[in-house]
Amino acid sequence: MTTRIVELRRGILKKNDELAAGLRASYAAAGVLVLNLVSSPGTGKTAFLERTLKELRERGARVAALVGDLETDNDARRLAASGAPVRQINTHGICHLDAEMIGKHLLGWEGVELGGLDYLFIENVGNLVCPSSYDLGEKIRVALLSVTEGEDKPLKYPTLFNSADAAVITKMDIAEPCGFDRELALRNINEIRPGIRIFETSAKTGAGVEEWLGYLAKAREGAE
Amino acid sequence: MHELSIVSSIVDTVTESLSAYPGAKVLEVRLRVGALASVVVESLEFCWGIAAEGTAMEGSKLVVHVLPVVMRCVPCAADVELEGVQSFRCPRCGEPCSDLRQGRELEIESIEIEDGEEQK
Repeated sequence: MTTRIVELRRGILKKNDELAAGLRASYAAAGVLVLNLVSSPGTGKTAFLERTLKELRERGARVAALVGDLETDNDARRLAASGAPVRQINTHGICHLDAEMIGKHLLGWEGVELGGLDYLFIENVGNLVCPSSYDLGEKIRVALLSVTEGEDKPLKYPTLFNSADAAVITKMDIAEPCGFDRELALRNINEIRPGIRIFETSAKTGAGVEEWLGYLAKAREGAE
Repeated sequence: MHELSIVSSIVDTVTESLSAYPGAKVLEVRLRVGALASVVVESLEFCWGIAAEGTAMEGSKLVVHVLPVVMRCVPCAADVELEGVQSFRCPRCGEPCSDLRQGRELEIESIEIEDGEEQK
């Protein structure tokens, strides 16, 4: 018996990466800005997105959202109250969204054409680990962190925070009773992802939302 | 914890490439995994035995080569290796670095195979 080494040099997630590249090209062709929102369960992704969808719609923007959860369509129903088209993706146990799921749910989405949208938000499954490996073709990956989670979250989950393009701190309205150390949180985020744009927000009071919307509008101009 | 789906795609990829080596048995599969790839090496190894069962990889060894994070440091005009993933600063000059050059790899580098009977 002879043994030999065969060089493969193949990306393990190559299939996902290829599908994501295809999605990225179709988003660009349609002129839609796509964002992937990632955080732990309970950070307030849905509340933040509800506010974002509502505010953007009031400004006349055409928005839609895909929302990932293991089970239930509760989040989709919450988000749909904004009037925006929303589609739930149930992963049935899978801990992240992947490019194939996005592609499938974009197809046959009644009343939604990528070309008719200004913004598409993808709310990932609540998980700070696995979603960082799966490119969804998004232009902007947003890492969210709430004031109740501890300022060292970026240090504990560097892979996700280092791959993010923007960071959003949520629930700023309860920062004080939670004893949230703002300076420390900002420093930790910057330690993991130097120079990243950070938004300090509250979906409840609307704090930081104007700044966030301004960032989205600018990013969209760049996307076109 | 998506290690089982990762090892399943390794099995698929290797199976595909084995079509050029009919009857071959895989002894070892070598991976290159960046320190920021967000996979747990022990967990990959644990899942490997299960995923490889009933394939040409059954009984093979999964060897994981972990790559450190390498960043571009602008002031030093050099690629610098980080000691960990708790601080993205140049270990030489202390400046923050945002340009990642290595650390997110997740790839199959090579396989070691034993040729099948018909290839002898």
